[in-house]
Amino acid sequence: MAFLEIDGLRKRFGQVEILKGIDLDLEKGGFLVLVGPSGCGKSTLLNTIAGLETITSGEIRVDGRTINDLHPSKRDIAMVFQSYALYPNMTVAGNISFGMEMRGVPAAERQKAIDKVAKVLQIGHLLQRKPSQLSGGQRQRVAMGRALVRDPKLFLFDEPLSNLDAKLRVDMRIEIKRLHATTGTTIVYVTHDQIEAMTLATKIAVMRDGEVQQFGTPAEIYNNPTNLFVADFMGSPAMNLIPATIGTNGNALSVVLQREAREPILLPMANAPAGLSAFQGKPIIFGVRPEALTDPEGAERNASNIATADLHIEVVEPAGSDTFAVTNLGGKGVVARLRADANIQPGTVTPLAFNLTKAVFFDPATENRIR
Amino acid sequence: MSAVTTPARQATGGVNIKTINRIVIYGLLALFALFYLMPLFVMLVTSFKTMDEIQNGNMLALPKAPTFDPWLKAWGETCVGLTCAGIKGYFWNSIKMVVPAVLISTMLGALNGYVLTKWRFRGATLVFGLMLFACFIPFQSVLLPMATILGSVGRFGVTLQNSIGTNFGLGNSTVNLVFVHVVYGIGFTTLFFRNYYEAFPTELVKAAQVDGASFFQIFRRIMLPNSMPIFVVTVIYQFTNIWNDFLFASAYAGTGDAMPMTVALNNVVNTSTGVVEYNVNMAAAMIAALPTLLVYVLAGRYFVRGLMAGAVKG
Repeated sequence: MAFLEIDGLRKRFGQVEILKGIDLDLEKGGFLVLVGPSGCGKSTLLNTIAGLETITSGEIRVDGRTINDLHPSKRDIAMVFQSYALYPNMTVAGNISFGMEMRGVPAAERQKAIDKVAKVLQIGHLLQRKPSQLSGGQRQRVAMGRALVRDPKLFLFDEPLSNLDAKLRVDMRIEIKRLHATTGTTIVYVTHDQIEAMTLATKIAVMRDGEVQQFGTPAEIYNNPTNLFVADFMGSPAMNLIPATIGTNGNALSVVLQREAREPILLPMANAPAGLSAFQGKPIIFGVRPEALTDPEGAERNASNIATADLHIEVVEPAGSDTFAVTNLGGKGVVARLRADANIQPGTVTPLAFNLTKAVFFDPATENRIR
Repeated sequence: MSAVTTPARQATGGVNIKTINRIVIYGLLALFALFYLMPLFVMLVTSFKTMDEIQNGNMLALPKAPTFDPWLKAWGETCVGLTCAGIKGYFWNSIKMVVPAVLISTMLGALNGYVLTKWRFRGATLVFGLMLFACFIPFQSVLLPMATILGSVGRFGVTLQNSIGTNFGLGNSTVNLVFVHVVYGIGFTTLFFRNYYEAFPTELVKAAQVDGASFFQIFRRIMLPNSMPIFVVTVIYQFTNIWNDFLFASAYAGTGDAMPMTVALNNVVNTSTGVVEYNVNMAAAMIAALPTLLVYVLAGRYFVRGLMAGAVKG
């Protein structure tokens, strides 16, 4: 039995259904990231787990106990808010111990707990300050301290890093990951940043319009997206989704990609997914991640199915660690990811290798994966 | 060359026009300030003069032999109606009426604002709209209905007095005035607090809920300590309004022991016997105006921005 279980959760505001039957579960010590574009219902879902929003139907269980109708303070959860939500009239120590004070914990015990958390988060020197005297990163730490001090069954994070600048965000991301590894707590984390989702999660739920599009490990989500939305949303730079058709090449199937002013490219498929044969002569969406489209020398050596094609390079973007080359296939800009020192010039025709073992196919009508 | 010098000349011209603008603006402001301060000045100097000096001298002249006697007389001896014990009793009447009225109406406004923004219920906007409507009801239209209600309450008080020996203050004129001012003030105080709390970060309330704070604990520990600016604004507004009120005061406590300062001052000035003692009248008026000035001077210091700094975002 999983530690956190959500069954058929629905949430309705008047006539509008915000959450349309969510089923999720998370093992003890897991890190679940809810990710999706704004308005997808991920924050509402987190608030229902916290008890800050009521649910219309369904069930939420933590450690086997149904918590649907419990007051937030009775759910044994702690929450870190996007804006940190530190009480401006209290000191850092007051903020951290407010929850214990409300529960009537004696002062000596409170002080002990504050000191312990302050040590973990290295905020001991800030305890007597007011939130207004802290920097963004320090406020973030205090907000986490307020959650940690409760030692709850479940931690809820609502976009905790979105107010930090880029560098601090990476630092705090690592810090949260370290905290999770050392304390072994169970975490539900909401973000719209797919990099945070990939790096932190043990399980990701990609959401759109109040529905879970796909639920799985980061690797599953990244390598085996179930539909066009997940494929497009996860990964940076995004997966190339190229309109194509399926042709036959002897016995095997091949992917036909249209090019401007030149004959189409034919990519022979050695081990095409079974469902693809039904699409012969029909349009499909051919999905290939930028790292699976690279210079032939940089291509994965042990990949079984690599096809090379000459492509006209329109733009070259050296990003330091990698070089990105943009070409045009099927009427769309397609990004290839090359080694940093790859010798490539814009305006030239260069052979690039498609790693077809990593390629995925989608039905343009249903947007679902063809398997 | 000309291309270089022309902008320079324009720049100096600009500075001159700016200076003239400044002089005109500050000149006008000073003139208006003078115009508004003139009555205060006349009141102040007159209150320190003897009657001889007032009758024979210039109204704007400074007192030749400043004397505190008019102030002392206004405070302790002058006649209000038929009793000649000064205005001090009425001053305390006003204090006894204003302080509870201000505190109760402000606290109720804060509570209303808190509920209307952080504990929204179905129809909250309508309720707020109706409360707002209370701000636009003219005093005069309330006079008679309120008199009827106060009369009933008073009779109930008498009944209580006869049956159980205490009336719990029902029917007492001071209590009546407090009640009237609280009811009339709730519309304004709710408006102030509701608009302030509308911008108050809701995440703080949610965090406190997760921390296990109850409805009133959140109000007392989170909302109120972060409401100082609007609290001060509301107190100053309510204090000034209630202290200066004459209509309700004269209608519901126009005679008798509970008569507030404003009514008493009117009776001092309107006395029809003997010489009009302008110096005593002015001193009495100054005493009547002092508390509102004092509240502004003391509380105005807390009109500071940025009390919410650090609550949210970076």
